[in-house]
Amino acid sequence: MSKNPEFVKFDKVDKSYDGKVLVVKDLQLDIAEGEFITMLGPSGSGKTTCLMMLAGFETPTHGEILLDGNIISNIPPHKRGIGMVFQNYALFPHMTVYENLAFPLRVRKVEKDEIDKKVDKALSMVSLNGFETRMPAQLSGGQQQRVAVARALVFDPAVVLMDEPLGALDKNLRESMQYEIKHIHESIGVTVVYVTHDQSEALTMSNRIAVFNDGKVQQLSDPAELYEKPVNSFVAEFIGENNTFNGEVIDIAKDKCKVKLANSEILANPISVKSKGEKTTVSLRPERALINPSDKMDNMFTGKIEEVIYHGDHTRVRLNLLGSSEFILKVPNSTSNLELKVSQDINIGWNSVDARALDPK
Amino acid sequence: MSSETKQILTTDGIPLEVSLKKAEKKNKIKAFLLVAPLLLFLIITYVFPIGEMFSRSIDDKMITNMLPKTFKEMEKWDGQELPPEEVFTAFYYDFKVLVEKQEHGKLGQRLNKEKNGFNSITKKLFRQVKRKKIDESTSIKEQIMKVHKRWRNVEYWQAIKRTAPPYTMSKYLKGMDMYYAADGSITQVEEDRRIHRILWLRTLEIAFFVTLFCFLMGYPIAHLLATLPMKYSNLLMICVLLPFWTSLLVRTASWMILLQQQGVVNDFFVLIGLVADDNRPEMMYNKVGTYVAMTQILLPFMVLPLYSVMKTISPSLMRAGKSLGGTPFVAFWKVYFPLTIPGIGAGCLLVFILAIGYYITPALVGGASGTLISNQIAFHMKQTLDWSFASAMGLMLLSGVLVIYWIYNKLVGVDNIKLG
Repeated sequence: MSKNPEFVKFDKVDKSYDGKVLVVKDLQLDIAEGEFITMLGPSGSGKTTCLMMLAGFETPTHGEILLDGNIISNIPPHKRGIGMVFQNYALFPHMTVYENLAFPLRVRKVEKDEIDKKVDKALSMVSLNGFETRMPAQLSGGQQQRVAVARALVFDPAVVLMDEPLGALDKNLRESMQYEIKHIHESIGVTVVYVTHDQSEALTMSNRIAVFNDGKVQQLSDPAELYEKPVNSFVAEFIGENNTFNGEVIDIAKDKCKVKLANSEILANPISVKSKGEKTTVSLRPERALINPSDKMDNMFTGKIEEVIYHGDHTRVRLNLLGSSEFILKVPNSTSNLELKVSQDINIGWNSVDARALDPK
Repeated sequence: MSSETKQILTTDGIPLEVSLKKAEKKNKIKAFLLVAPLLLFLIITYVFPIGEMFSRSIDDKMITNMLPKTFKEMEKWDGQELPPEEVFTAFYYDFKVLVEKQEHGKLGQRLNKEKNGFNSITKKLFRQVKRKKIDESTSIKEQIMKVHKRWRNVEYWQAIKRTAPPYTMSKYLKGMDMYYAADGSITQVEEDRRIHRILWLRTLEIAFFVTLFCFLMGYPIAHLLATLPMKYSNLLMICVLLPFWTSLLVRTASWMILLQQQGVVNDFFVLIGLVADDNRPEMMYNKVGTYVAMTQILLPFMVLPLYSVMKTISPSLMRAGKSLGGTPFVAFWKVYFPLTIPGIGAGCLLVFILAIGYYITPALVGGASGTLISNQIAFHMKQTLDWSFASAMGLMLLSGVLVIYWIYNKLVGVDNIKLG
């Protein structure tokens, strides 16, 4: 069976609540069948609105949403057959776990035996067998969360939407649930649209991530590419840590450009700059800058250590470098560790390929 | 449990339980002192008056105190035929004391309630005693029997004997249109004189329908209140509460203006041609008026508990219901509605209990067919001054409420009530 690459399609979708501000602007997004796609962005970026439009609780102001080739803008939520996991789980508090799971099947008039079988299967998927007769209030947050996931999957929907489902859990539980949801997705191959503002969650779970800001998709790519090759300074800033230099392009070649900072010059990789004289923000991941590099690197500078913070597996070093005192270095905690002391001068080097000259902030 | 864990000692060697009690004692006393004024207030204004009402409703001591010798002698009388000489003699001496104290009139009235015709024959006897016509040296029985033929009728003496106990349930029986027959059995009054039963049934009927109307109208309002954005819901809330801030009399009076035959509503019906000008329907001084006015007045008591419950229901539950495939109706009926039951229970109980004791509104707009049992109670408090009967009916109303509460508890569970 070939997978439909346009299983869910947002076609030029606009959304406005008050007729003045567009919350979602000209959204163009294709989601392939069986894909785990995450909508990531700060609050107010329009990601939840997109999810609500897909679920049918909001109508697009302009444009169409297609599910498996059919326009669904005029189909009410209960006929879309889309499962949804809500932020606060939205388990029915007056029903037992079994009744909660049976609800979508009962409204579809499924036979009693069949319901029992499917509920059992869904519960074993989230390893909650034996909890059928419990009320939601008797479950812990993590268990409620699993019930919510099981309920969204029990009627075999084509698409499952998850609206920040792990937001209310503590850190450890959140991480184990991330893997669990990822494994469930892999084992049943359902299409998942996941909304979160937590970038590590997005990077862990997704096939592809759509970074939202200001009602627009800033970048849509797989986690590695998103982290390694952000296309603009918003994405670079939002995903992971990032050292930035603001300056002006004074020389540009095919794969290298020279950027003039306040009182020095660095070499960078021209991504969104095209010509001389353009303002730019150069982005460099902290782990790409090395101390006393052995290889020949085309950017070599000396900085002064301002602060050393021990993080267990690595040490964060804040440097005063090239006129900025916010330059961060991540030093892995290996046996050949260097002596790092405050106000010590050290040599730093990085390759111009890793220093991405993006749009100015 | 093993013996080691049985008693845990503190470091001083005092059992933990004892030292915990000691530590908590001070707090307990403080807490009690804090609620003591309220407790006292409740006892004085609630428990005590209800006790007083109860004792008044069954109290029949007055006549027991009036005829002490008679009742003593009557104990030996089997009540089948005319009492023996001793009873007549004792009655004569009791009566003489009453004549001296000028309390014979009260006796006549009291006995007349027990059996019609006593009033006139006690007056006749009084005249004989006053004029000292009774010769105490010969048979008093013969002389009293001569005063009036009713004194020769055994039924009248049986009636006196029935009043002997210091307590009586007769007021309660009267409230249910029943009475003690001559032989002491409980009997229903004649069909055409059963006014109280009609009133009880009408009270229940009106309370039931007012509750139903309040529920049907209040539910959507409460839902709207709970789901509208804040700025609109505040305005709507004020509209719901506005009647609360207006005097009950003013509201009832405005309904009188609206509903009377030449009133605003009728004028409007005539204007739109719904009814003919010379055939305006009567909407007041009957049940219609009572229904309309009471529903409006009691509506907030339904809306507020419903609102406070609905406010706590997350809108995502309805969304979840719909996204899982339930039609809007199924999502409402299976998800939303069951969650509002505590509010429905609280609202209905509140409205129903208030409605069965309602007084001013039915009195003003009810007319003859729209008055309730509370109007009857007020009538006996103010007009006939039969406070013991009014107390008895008040207590019957109270026990009715308790029964309803009990049934509700059995059906829904009182723990499920939520007022906010």
